[in-house]
Formats: sequence, structure tokens, C-alpha cells
Amino acid sequence: MSKEIIRVEGISFRYPNGEHNALSNVSFSINQGEWIAVIGPNGSGKSTMAKMLNGLLVPFAGEVHVNGMHLNDETVWAVRKTIGMVFQNPDNQFVGATVEDDVAFGLENNGIERNEMKQRIQSALEQVRMHHFMKKEPARLSGGQKQRVAIAGIIALLPDVIILDEATAMLDPLGREEIINVVREIKEKYNLTVISITHDIDEANHADRILVFQEGELRYQGSPEKIFSVGDELINMGLDIPFTHKLKAALTTKGVEVPEEYLNEEELIQWLSQSLLKM
Amino acid sequence: MSDKILMGRYIQLESVIHQLDPRTKLMATFYFILIVFLADNLLAYGVLLGLILLAVFLSDIPIGFFLNGLKPMFWIIFFTVIFQVLFTQGGTVYFQLGPMMITSLGLMNGLYIFLRLFLIIMMSTILTLTTAPLELTDGIEHLMRPLTKLGFPSHEVALMLSIALRYVPTLLDEAQTIMNAQRARGVEFDEGSIMDRMKAIIPILVPLFISAFNRAEELATAMEARGYQGAEGRTKYRQLAYGKNDLFALTLLGIVTVLILFLRFY
Repeated sequence: MSKEIIRVEGISFRYPNGEHNALSNVSFSINQGEWIAVIGPNGSGKSTMAKMLNGLLVPFAGEVHVNGMHLNDETVWAVRKTIGMVFQNPDNQFVGATVEDDVAFGLENNGIERNEMKQRIQSALEQVRMHHFMKKEPARLSGGQKQRVAIAGIIALLPDVIILDEATAMLDPLGREEIINVVREIKEKYNLTVISITHDIDEANHADRILVFQEGELRYQGSPEKIFSVGDELINMGLDIPFTHKLKAALTTKGVEVPEEYLNEEELIQWLSQSLLKM
Repeated sequence: MSDKILMGRYIQLESVIHQLDPRTKLMATFYFILIVFLADNLLAYGVLLGLILLAVFLSDIPIGFFLNGLKPMFWIIFFTVIFQVLFTQGGTVYFQLGPMMITSLGLMNGLYIFLRLFLIIMMSTILTLTTAPLELTDGIEHLMRPLTKLGFPSHEVALMLSIALRYVPTLLDEAQTIMNAQRARGVEFDEGSIMDRMKAIIPILVPLFISAFNRAEELATAMEARGYQGAEGRTKYRQLAYGKNDLFALTLLGIVTVLILFLRFY
């Protein structure tokens, strides 16, 4: 059993002049090395929850513990060193005037010595395959490239947790896949914990665990198999389900008997070929 | 439009001037503008002109480029010179019509004004053409650093400058997008009276402002998430260093100053 890195106990939050609670009584716990996908319709409190984790927003009730630290005014900067966050809009999080300056920004904030800074920038950019673009300005990069730089800026800080706050939402399918693969590689390399807030259901499908939010509450949590087996309910919430599930549903309406449990793509292919043999 | 404006554009080359420390170039430019006003005879202007030509030559940028850059300033220079010529009294009078007259002193003054404007514009163009915007902000931050002791927020000013510079192309793009979007909805930007045209700007300005607020908010959040706590405890990735050429450049300026002063007082 790996160690617990984030524990959230009954947090609630309401934006000033908001009518409803953005979050009400949310509790969960995340272990080191997990890939967590957070899904839910717009306005369900996913991003608010993410901002609670590194103290950008403060809950009015409940507690957040990160890496054994209780998140409060004194620990907030230490917590922010533990958690790196990549946001949705690649343009609005690019601080530096060039790629290398942007990656350097977080390191400068943490007072890293200059020689070490150089090495870390170089290796972080190599890992996201952007080292040929070091001197380039953001205006010359594509959205996916800017997001890769944003990720480099985070991994240069060597965090334990990376939060992707809809980091792939504004990218094309290819750019999206690239970003996810880069994060997956880095996760394996450093045994990082990844919390990915996403509307991309295929990405969520590959997570270790899915948290489903609705109207500020944590509705379900569990493995993708478990979550997607409640298919219809997800659709009622306005969410999508993975392709395999849709195919199963379509087969059922055609009168084909399909297995109850969730199947991933390979399993479905296997089941289809076997059932064809039986016919 | 932005293609025609030479001021504020940067041409990337590897010339001697390009490699000077931005602080040297900033100081030299301001200092040069000061000594332009010290010069009061043709010989002194000749020395300054020689200095500018040397700088242009060393910058590897073709002189035609600079002359092109002067074009938008042509009318300003022209009118200043004409007024100077027509309304200066003194010396031999060549021609008179009411309060206007052409005199030898007026012609002289006109020529001086022309040379001053020419020299100042050339020098600042050399500065902006050979120095990347980022180097400029770095240079400004360093030069302002002594003011920190007087309570001047030099780090904050430099940060604002560099963020502003970084967002210029982004906001230009966005303005263009908004303009096209409003055009698609039937807003006319280049027709009608001045009032109509000014009113047509509103559908660009309001969305642009709102989006700038949103951008600022998101950028601030992203900066905070990356551990930004202000100037304290920060290290710097970019570092400036004076080289041998900076020493030469500043010495040359010193020699020129002595020359100008000599020509003025003897």
C-alpha cells in the first residue's frame, strides 16, 4: 500500500455572491502514484476543488492535508512546492518572454541557484521535447507546444503531484494525446500523482480512479470499470461515456446480449470475436 | 500597419552593437540625447554624425533601413524646420513677408533642429533595432535598481514591463479576432463620419478590456500556483555582464563629449 499524499475532509466552499455552495462536504483521499480523473458537468465544482488543494482558494469548512501537512497560511508555500498545476488556457499562464524564461519563472520564485536552474530547465524541456524551442517567444508556439512548456515549468520544480485543470481542453485531438503521453511518461519516471480534471472521457478511461462531481458534491468514486457501468446515470448528468460502452448499448437495442460488466477496448474485441465464434 | 513602424522593432543579428550590454546601450542613448543639445556648431554636429554612422556601420543593418524608419517622422521634422526657418529673426534678412522672414540665423537654426531630430531618432532606432525587448527590460531593471533604496519598486516595474511586452502580440491577435468577429456581425470600421467611426471602436474595446481582465486573473492564479511571492527570495535566470566592448563604447562617448565641449567653448 503506497502512502497517502492528499486527504480532503469535508470541505465546503461558496464564492462571494454565489447562490449555491460551489462545493459541499467533499471528502476523499489520494495515494501517491495514482492517476485520478475528475469528471463532472460544467459548474460541478471540479476546478474549485483543484484550487483548494494548493490553497489558491480557502474552504470555509473542512480541512485539506497534503503530504502530511495541514494546509493553512503557514504551510501554503510548502504545499505549492508539492503540487504543480497546469491550467486550461495556454496563453494565460505563460509568464516568461521566452520558453526558457517561462520554465525559469517557478525556479526563480523558489530561489534555486542559477547553475542548477540551467540544468533543470534543460532537462525539463528535453522531457517534454521542447528543448529546440528554448529561445522562442510564446507567440511563435502552437497551443500544444505552450502546454508542453507549462508542463516543463512544473516538472522543473520536481513536485509530487501534478494537477491538470482541463489542460488539454483547448487542444486538438493530436495535441491532447501528446500532452497526456508526456505526462504519463513523466509520471512513471518520478512516480508522480496526477489529478486530471477533464471532459475527455477516453482519457478518464485510462485513469486508476475516477471522481465524479455534480453540483458541488462528490457523487461517485471508483475505478473506470465501476464508474462507467452506471452508464445511463452519467448520461443523465450530461456526461459522455466511452466508446465501448456506447457500442454495448447500441448492440443491446439490436437485441444482442452483452455482458453486464464494463469492458475496455481489448476486452470488447475479444468478447466480440468469441461471440462470433459461438454464432 | 505595424510593418511600417520601425521604432520598437528588433532585428536579430550578431553584430558588435547587438552584443553590447543593454545597459550600455540604454545609457549611451540617453547620454547621446543629452550631448546632442550641447553641440552648437557644424563641426560638433559633424562629430556626432560621424559617431552615428560608425554605430550604424557596426550594427550590420543597412542604412536604407534606418532612412525608411525616418519616413513616418518626415512631416514632424519638416514642419518644425519650416517654422524654425520662417519665424527666427536675426542675421542677414534675405526675404520678408509680414511676420515671416527668412534670415541667415533662421536657416542656421533650421539646419540645427533638423540635425538634432535626425541624430536623436537615429540613435533611438539603433537602440531598438539592436536590442531585444527582453534585454531592454532587463537593462531598465538593472539601471533602476539603485532606486530601490529610495522605496522605488524596481522589481515590480520590471515584471510589469516584461509581462506587458510578452502580451503585446497576444493582445494584437485578439484585437484582430474581435474586429473580424464584429465585422462579421455587420460593424463598419472604416466608413461614416468621425463620430460613427469612434462609436464603432466600442464593440472592440469593451470585449478587449474584459478579456484582458480575465487574462490578468488567470495569469495571477498561475503565477501564484508556481510559487510567486514577490521580489524577496528570488534568484535571477538572466544575468547581464559588461564586456570589453562596453568599455570601448563608453570611452568613445567620453572622448566625443570632450570634443563637443572643446568645440563649444573654444
